[in-house]
Amino acid sequence: MTLLKPTKAPLAEVEATISRGRAKRKAKAEPDAQLGRRTMWGPAFALPHGLGLAIFTLLPIVVSLVISLFRWPLLGTPSFLGLGNYERLFSDPIFGQVVANTVLFVVLYVPLNLVVSLGLAAWLTPRIKGRHIFRVIFFIPSITPVVANVVVWRMLYQPGGFIDGTLQSATGISAPNFLGDEHWAMMAIVVMSVWQGFGYNMLVFSAALDAVPENLTEAAAIDGANAWTIFWRIKLKLISPSIFFGTMMTLITSFQVFAQPFILTKGGPGSSTSTIVLYIYNQGFQFHQLGLASAAAWILFVIILGVTAVQFLGQKKWVHYDA
Amino acid sequence: MLETTSRIRPLAARPRGSGAPGRRWSARIRPAIGYMILCLIALLFLSPLIYMFATSFKPPAEIFSVPPKLFGSEFRWQNYQEALNYMPFLRFMGNGLLVSAAGTALTLVVSAFSGYAFSRQRWRGRNLVFMVFLATLMIPQEVLIVPMFVMMQKVGWVNTFQALIVPWAFTAFGAFLLRQFFLGVPQELDDAARVDGAGTLRTFLLVMLPLARPTMAVLAVFSFISYWNSFLWPLVVINDVNNLGTIPLGLQMFFGQQGNQWHLVMAASVISMAPTLLLLILLQKHLVKGIVTSGFGGR
Repeated sequence: MTLLKPTKAPLAEVEATISRGRAKRKAKAEPDAQLGRRTMWGPAFALPHGLGLAIFTLLPIVVSLVISLFRWPLLGTPSFLGLGNYERLFSDPIFGQVVANTVLFVVLYVPLNLVVSLGLAAWLTPRIKGRHIFRVIFFIPSITPVVANVVVWRMLYQPGGFIDGTLQSATGISAPNFLGDEHWAMMAIVVMSVWQGFGYNMLVFSAALDAVPENLTEAAAIDGANAWTIFWRIKLKLISPSIFFGTMMTLITSFQVFAQPFILTKGGPGSSTSTIVLYIYNQGFQFHQLGLASAAAWILFVIILGVTAVQFLGQKKWVHYDA
Repeated sequence: MLETTSRIRPLAARPRGSGAPGRRWSARIRPAIGYMILCLIALLFLSPLIYMFATSFKPPAEIFSVPPKLFGSEFRWQNYQEALNYMPFLRFMGNGLLVSAAGTALTLVVSAFSGYAFSRQRWRGRNLVFMVFLATLMIPQEVLIVPMFVMMQKVGWVNTFQALIVPWAFTAFGAFLLRQFFLGVPQELDDAARVDGAGTLRTFLLVMLPLARPTMAVLAVFSFISYWNSFLWPLVVINDVNNLGTIPLGLQMFFGQQGNQWHLVMAASVISMAPTLLLLILLQKHLVKGIVTSGFGGR
């Protein structure tokens, strides 16, 4: 009996391996057979969506590049310009300022958004009673019409409005004219945008923090680490993929800021809050220069691609996927 | 095990002054203070919306009072009546509903099929095509606006509902979300359906789609909200706002003309927020889960 065992066991194992291999081959063979018979279903199912994307995303991207090479009035016949539109944009100080304004917005907005959303996500641990209600509250402005949000803030910022009125009655000093003052207008837009937009990131970070395994933080606590160290050294590292993702999405969307300056300031005072998309809209649909607007849109696209590429290259340094 | 997070703090605090009444008191009072600060932050955060709501009931003369008051001397319900009379807001609501519902339906249909094709069908070039789908998510809407407008001009869709509905229904986000879901469904279900004699189409429609209902619901809500709130494209492609306008467009125009009638503008803003707010409150659990699992919403 004892002698038989060792010989029997490998045999059983071999048998098992063989049958496993057979099963694997069978499993592989079956979809292949399926591939022969049903190969038309896959492409057919994907076709409507693919066609839609081709017509309404891929084609327009190409068309956009073509339009940007023309003088293309809203009505009337286009004429070929070559790189004329781009040359004009690069030599136009207004466009330079528009790009600078957009970059300023991004530089102010993205870190603020991340700090606020991460801070609140860290605060709203499962220990906090009613954390779901808080999460919903902070998310409200992200899903209500941006036009309505902006309209309210216009009322808060306005001279004699809520902020000014409160300050006057409390201290006797009147608030600066947030939207009419070059130094304040961009700040006002940033603050409003953070209020409106940090909810998405907060939800994503909050979920990532919830998923941090408790035995890790517990072990650190037993080793004497305080809550602060645990957050910086352990949790932040573990959720770095979420932070990377949130940063990238926020960067991409913040380059596209439009409704806030459009309704709050119309790009003013002067052109101190005019952004790239506001410029695209104005050139294209107010001044009817679709070619120039397309060229500006392509510059925006290239900027976004560049920033995304840099992010991807930089992620190796601080994003940890081995959780 | 589940309460370990709450155990961390006492463990760390104990060695310093275990049992001292002052310590224990501060351990209890500190979270309470933190909680109160959190409530204050939430209130501050909500204040613009509260202010908007309060202003929408104020008599026009009392809107910019110093010091600002939350409530006026009377509760003026007529503001809403007047806002509705001044501009065809009910029509904007109806238009928005039509556009959002049709757009959402279209999104759901094409996304369900493609999500299934990218997860449970094997075909040549599948991964490559899926990569192209994902790559389109990188393209900002703003880059597409001008060429899309020119295309709409060519096919005569400027100033039509279909221009609002069709171009944005094909976002790759839906395919991505549903693919994620279908990848998690066990293969045995397909096999069982096939043994029972169902073909691919029947398996998809009668077995798989009903399973995907929660994911479809999340996609539906995201899609609906993004159609409902969409602003730049309607601004570009719709000239006849009075007849074809959606809520944000109507609100914007109303605001342009009524810049000094804040009580009406605020009433209109409250109306414009109501549907999405209601959706959020009703479906918050699913919505939050959708954002969290997919990583991004319908922005």
